[in-house]
Amino acid sequence: MELIWHGTKQAAQLLFRGDPEVLRITLLSLQVSGAATLLSLLVGIPLGTVLALTRFPGRSIAISLVNTGMGLPPVVVGLFVSIFLWRSGPLGFLGLLYTPTAIVIAQLVIAAPIVTGLTLAAVQQLNPRLRVQLVGLGASQPQVVWLLLKEARLPLLAAVMAGFGGVISEIGASMMVGGNIYRQTRVLTTATVLETSRGNFDMAIALSLLLMLLTFAVNWTLTWVQQRGRTP
Amino acid sequence: MSGPILGLEKVRVTYDGIQVLEVTSLDIQEGVTLAVIGPNGAGKSTLLRLLGLLERPTEGRVLFRGQPVPPWGKLLPFRRRMASVFQEPLLLDGTVEENVSLGLRLRHADPAEASRRVQEGMATLGIGHLARRRTRTLSGGEAQRVSLARALVLDPEVLLLDEPFAALDPPTREGLLSDLKTVLSKTRITTIFVTHDRDEALALGDQVAVMIGGRILQVDVPERVFASPVSEQVARFVGVETILPGYVRFVGDGLSTVEVAGWTLDVAAPLTAGERVLICLRPEEITLFPSGVLPAPSSARNRLHGKVIHHLPAGPIYRVTIDCGLPVVAAVTRQSWEQLGLADGAEVVVSFKATAPHVIRRA
Repeated sequence: MELIWHGTKQAAQLLFRGDPEVLRITLLSLQVSGAATLLSLLVGIPLGTVLALTRFPGRSIAISLVNTGMGLPPVVVGLFVSIFLWRSGPLGFLGLLYTPTAIVIAQLVIAAPIVTGLTLAAVQQLNPRLRVQLVGLGASQPQVVWLLLKEARLPLLAAVMAGFGGVISEIGASMMVGGNIYRQTRVLTTATVLETSRGNFDMAIALSLLLMLLTFAVNWTLTWVQQRGRTP
Repeated sequence: MSGPILGLEKVRVTYDGIQVLEVTSLDIQEGVTLAVIGPNGAGKSTLLRLLGLLERPTEGRVLFRGQPVPPWGKLLPFRRRMASVFQEPLLLDGTVEENVSLGLRLRHADPAEASRRVQEGMATLGIGHLARRRTRTLSGGEAQRVSLARALVLDPEVLLLDEPFAALDPPTREGLLSDLKTVLSKTRITTIFVTHDRDEALALGDQVAVMIGGRILQVDVPERVFASPVSEQVARFVGVETILPGYVRFVGDGLSTVEVAGWTLDVAAPLTAGERVLICLRPEEITLFPSGVLPAPSSARNRLHGKVIHHLPAGPIYRVTIDCGLPVVAAVTRQSWEQLGLADGAEVVVSFKATAPHVIRRA
């Protein structure tokens, strides 16, 4: 108990002092996971919408793959992204391994299936007759898709939260493709692991508190947007 | 009226190889309200979706003002001249006003003009006071009014209504039906109204199409469809409960003698001796009195003896089934039932005028 109390006290001091290293790590985490989440929305929302609204051969296999992808272990993603970005790998010439971009790529691979799968579910939970009704009121195809997505905005925001939550908290992929390099690719999760292994519990507690605070702040904002104007 | 606005030509629709609709020819005149009636699964909604360009026929053509409509994918300009209302209101999350203006916004209508039409449309359907209400909080009747207003503000050339009252309770339905009737008679929008309810079809339709088993069996003014159904199936659907097969024995001066289940009936219809016919009788055309009681003199020439099998209360009347060798259904007021001392098993005389039956010739 003493260890926890002492660690928490020191963590609070670190936070209130505005430790530059802690700040840098936090900002990088936010940038990397924010970018990965945004990119995953660009991929996942159109893909999920297409899967929900169209019928084509192989659709059920595609859906199964997306669903499997939603539970993709970050370590496996880390491994394959590492292989691709490795100096002798297919994308080695880009020189991206052990950079924040590499972490964004890995996190994108983790978040995209989550966003795709939840978008698919969000659009599918709408009344299927709504689409015919919108066409019957003179909506063009793009207008139909836009109105359906707008109608599914609550579960879609849940998809955003799940995507962001999935990547901000993962560690395996960030560690493998980022390398946890001091002042370059160190993010909240990898830094917490490092500080814990060194026995620097104050720093580790401060970092994990920030991680939780960040996750809470982002989710609270999204929940506020989602629930705005809704009465129970 | 200026020629057909919508038409179908040799249209067939099949789902997974199973035919659900076949219409050789259908013309819908401009300004007419066509009520399409038929039992569940008759293909009414499929017909409506075809006419609303919301579904492609497997074979055949849909005509708009005499011209075949363009291929799928180029139908938007045509769809924007129509508007649909379905059984479910299918409103979007938002306010009533936002929903009513939806179609106008989709058409990028001038905002000032759109706002004027939305206000007018809401007032017409009596939902002006709900303008700022969120659609989630509306009752079923209010929601359906919003859905109707949303379609009517578009001032469509064709209005398609698919069972719009089916999910409403009777008082709500009657109120909305009467308001819609007023709107339609004022605007003369060509309307195709699908319903399984005969009373709704009678209330709203200038014409009635009876659809059974994927085919349109009869299209005519409501009075003729209900009084003179062309086939046994149509007769059963429009409420003829007694359908007796017989053959014509003699033809006299305006009166034919038809033999039915051992009885000889006089029927005022121009028939041919020897032909096989179906005698259709509506319950309200039949009078009952107990056997042995001398009836008051009347013009009812036909009298059949039978036994009451059972009676079912239906509002203020009883539907009484009598076995006269073939089942005959009569409608009797509760008061008459009691005054005449009728009961299940009682011997009765069934009587009706020679002009009462509608006769269908059998092939």
